[in-house]
Amino acid sequence: MTFNRRQALVMSMGAAAAAVLPLRLSAAIEDNIAAFTGGAEIGEGGITLTAPEIAENGNTVPVSVSAPGATAIMILAAGNPTPAVGIFHFGPLAGAQSASTRIRLAGTQDVIAIAQMPDGSFVQASQEVKVTIGGCGG
Amino acid sequence: MRKVLQRTVAAMALGSIASIAMAQDDGADLVINGEIEITVRAPAPAHMGDTGIDTILSGWVFRSDETRQLEMDDFDNPAFLAVDQGIEAWNTVEGTEGKSCATCHGDVEESMAGVRAVYPRWNEEAGEVRTLAGQINDCRTNQMGADAYAYDKSDMTAMEALISVQSRGMPVNVAIDGPAADAWAQGQELYYTRFGQLELSCANCHEENYGNYIRADHLSQGQINGFPTYRLKNAGLVQTHNRFRGCIRDTRAETFAVGSPEFVALELYVASRGNGLSVEGPSVRP
Amino acid sequence: MADNVTPRIRVPREAAAGEVIEIKTLISHQMESGQRRDGDGNIIPRSIINRFVCDFNGETVIDVTLEPAISTNPYFEFTATVPESGTFTFTWYDDDGSVYTDTKEITVS
Repeated sequence: MTFNRRQALVMSMGAAAAAVLPLRLSAAIEDNIAAFTGGAEIGEGGITLTAPEIAENGNTVPVSVSAPGATAIMILAAGNPTPAVGIFHFGPLAGAQSASTRIRLAGTQDVIAIAQMPDGSFVQASQEVKVTIGGCGG
Repeated sequence: MRKVLQRTVAAMALGSIASIAMAQDDGADLVINGEIEITVRAPAPAHMGDTGIDTILSGWVFRSDETRQLEMDDFDNPAFLAVDQGIEAWNTVEGTEGKSCATCHGDVEESMAGVRAVYPRWNEEAGEVRTLAGQINDCRTNQMGADAYAYDKSDMTAMEALISVQSRGMPVNVAIDGPAADAWAQGQELYYTRFGQLELSCANCHEENYGNYIRADHLSQGQINGFPTYRLKNAGLVQTHNRFRGCIRDTRAETFAVGSPEFVALELYVASRGNGLSVEGPSVRP
Repeated sequence: MADNVTPRIRVPREAAAGEVIEIKTLISHQMESGQRRDGDGNIIPRSIINRFVCDFNGETVIDVTLEPAISTNPYFEFTATVPESGTFTFTWYDDDGSVYTDTKEITVS
């Protein structure tokens, strides 16, 4: 296999493009959101989603969510085969309405967090996480 | 073809995702649980004089912040689930002799302190270089009358992880002279031998290209002071011979078997390239 | 899945009344997502922990619904307010009906 410079460049651009897949919003996400919010409008602000900009491995990606005063926070992974990731319900003895966990991301995608507030309103935050496809490490 | 391939690997690496802006070594230090200081960069040992490497670097240095964080607290580090299982196994009586590891070795923290740091090493009685896994199985079969663990499966890696913890923070210090010298030389030769369809040797990536990217992977120096390591990809512990197999398979070659004399020699050599770094296992890697 | 499921929990042993403490929990579990295929090409069926609850003296701290996108060896970090001495109870519910529990005591000075 001999690559000339042009071929090497095209291949590496292809690899770069493949790793930054176009985002697909599916009907499944709409369903998940509707089930959680009952169709209510979703605002912004008052919720923080912390996730790495680049995840070294999509199998275990640390994420944190925080929404002071919230009763529950749902996490969705917009590009996963099934977008639902989990829901944190905070009880009366929660110290703060925040939690961290580790999730699986099938590829580069938006991670979405939606918080349910006690007055029935909802707020959301989202962030794109780039998921690298390993080289020799696989 | 070989030279073109080498240059192509480098070219593809440089042309890959530009948005990963990671410093080769940002100088960060690793302290585990706020108290165990891990040496992640050290002067290269004398025997690496003509490799062009002045400073040896633990794999931790090459990882993203989030991956690094997973190792900095034993409660965040998923490998410790296996360490807990190792503790149970340590105290479990198994085999025809009615013994557990504890029967002969007592408290693991006392008896195993410093052990992982000097393995692989020459075993006079056996007349060969032994890896930790090899020695564990020798104890099990000959002293306990129990079945050997599968060399690279979870029972073995749990025990290796437990033993490794007892040397954490201590400098790796494997002997390369005396009776181990032959195996060491064999391991060194393997390290520089090109394998597979891709004709790559360990050195091509880990000596000549550490710090560069191969596709989206940030190449390390290939140190094994952090093994057994919890690989995020496997969501489980991975053992050195397992990784050797993986690397050689990635060159599209038929690889040696886990526990084979070739891999034992290679492990001794690779371990010696880390002499001076701290034992870090069980570590966390992508 | 009920093989070798071991939890690891970190709760401080003491706290001041009303203090907010940090709790970390980890449990070994494969979290088989139902997306993988075996050597013959057949789907390996989903088998995950689907719910995690932390109580203190009977009152809920956090109740988590888990989906297959939670990583193998599910990890949760969260906070709790400790009004008095007592016991934290941690419960994990498995798809296969198994329930794993563990407890940690805390003393309020």
